[in-house]
Amino acid sequence: MVQVSVQDTVLTGIPEEPRLIGGKCPDCDNHVFPMQKDCPKCTGDQIEKVDLSTKGILWTWTIQGFPPKSPPYIGETDPENFEAYGVGYVELPGEVKVEARLTENDPTRLRVGMEMELTVVPLAVDEEGNEVVTFAFRPTENN
Amino acid sequence: MHDVAIVGIGMHEFGRHDGVSGMDQGVVAVRRALADAGAQWEDLEFAFGGSKDAGSPDTMVSRLGLTGLQFINVHNGCATGGSALISSYNAIRSGTFEIGIALGFDKHERGAFRVRTRGDNLEWYGESGMALTTQFFGMKINRYMHDYGITQNTLAKVSTKAFRNGALNPMAWRRKPFSEEEVLESTMLSYPLTQYMFCSPGEGGVALVLVRADKAKEYTDNPVYLKSCVVKSRRFGSFEVFSPHLANEFSEGPTVDASKAAFEMAGIGPEEIDIAQLQDTESGAEVMHMAENGFCEHGEQESMIQNGETEIDGKFPVNTDGGCLANGEPIGASGLRQVYENVLQLRGDAGERQVPGDPRTAYTHVYGAPGISGVTILSR
Repeated sequence: MVQVSVQDTVLTGIPEEPRLIGGKCPDCDNHVFPMQKDCPKCTGDQIEKVDLSTKGILWTWTIQGFPPKSPPYIGETDPENFEAYGVGYVELPGEVKVEARLTENDPTRLRVGMEMELTVVPLAVDEEGNEVVTFAFRPTENN
Repeated sequence: MHDVAIVGIGMHEFGRHDGVSGMDQGVVAVRRALADAGAQWEDLEFAFGGSKDAGSPDTMVSRLGLTGLQFINVHNGCATGGSALISSYNAIRSGTFEIGIALGFDKHERGAFRVRTRGDNLEWYGESGMALTTQFFGMKINRYMHDYGITQNTLAKVSTKAFRNGALNPMAWRRKPFSEEEVLESTMLSYPLTQYMFCSPGEGGVALVLVRADKAKEYTDNPVYLKSCVVKSRRFGSFEVFSPHLANEFSEGPTVDASKAAFEMAGIGPEEIDIAQLQDTESGAEVMHMAENGFCEHGEQESMIQNGETEIDGKFPVNTDGGCLANGEPIGASGLRQVYENVLQLRGDAGERQVPGDPRTAYTHVYGAPGISGVTILSR
């Protein structure tokens, strides 16, 4: 099945090399995600697109234990088939903390301070038969 | 600047009311507040009304009376009720008006709030399963527990207190006490928070009649004075609900800012507050908000709650009416409910849940999307 990004202005490089598209303010070096022109730190409006780092540290996390409402969610919402998923903030050093799905959904396998790296998880199959994926972080082998 | 007094309070029962619209509940609250104040609808010079999902509040004039009063609708996220109140407060404080009403009501669909993120490069956020308030609360308390040693048992104790207090409150939605085991063993919704640690979107209405302080005795022998009323939005670096990213640098959230400003405006400190109603969207929020509002140091809540200090008969009673946990959260009315409870407590009219010791000062705090906080300080 061909993989496609949930939104290619945010997640690009599918399938070989997933990357998150953020922004960096040329005036104050503040990073944002997703990309926006306006800088909430210095109130400038000239933020430029950058690829964000693909590695970071888990800052906090939770486990989504019930199916989100659809819309807007496009993943599995049938309570019978729904599988809990992790969500967390991953701190990308020198850049920004990004909110993301996590590949782990077991609280005993997640802890603040873990080293994480970018990957993708499947959400749904679209009308053309493509697998729609969103970004996620997984613990690296260094943990 | 004029002082402002609350001379009438009215509430429609919180909960689920099939066949009763949100507007119906708002109208009931207004009629009850007017009766409590001994005032008439035609006496009012202005109204500020808030509702998120239950229609435009100003249309209620067709039911209450077409008197030509200034009626302004307020819609400001989770601080909608608080914003109706601050607008009313400022209208009287400035000398523009002598008497008016702040009101709020709501009626939400069942389950967690449905949030649709359109435009602004954010469709993926809801589609990917991240536009849920519940996740923010789980992540904020999880980090806080890691940093300050709060235990999950303490979270359960906050819930059992809420439902115990709710059982004493005829206006509350959830009036059945639960044990700590039942709270801990209920469905895990967003780790470390279980189902009975979360409040639910609900229904209800509240109205408050406010007058210039020098007029208060014309309406009541027991006026309660609004010593401060503050709403703050977030600053760069704070950790808020619905944030696809957070800055790596840290700043205090809007609760801390609103609290500091409210104490400064009232000219008193946290140690002089007798009771507090603090935003408890979930039990961890109550814990964190105790410190963010200046009532203790971060981490001290663990021993305070384990020792029962926040119970109705404790040293510092918190959420005496059962809070959002027992009342649910109709957004337009929620912040006004807290003020309603504090007025009852300061009048000595809170019945079975009356805080002993003749409380003189009371504090309210709301927090919510998109990173907004409202605080009031009341005194007799």
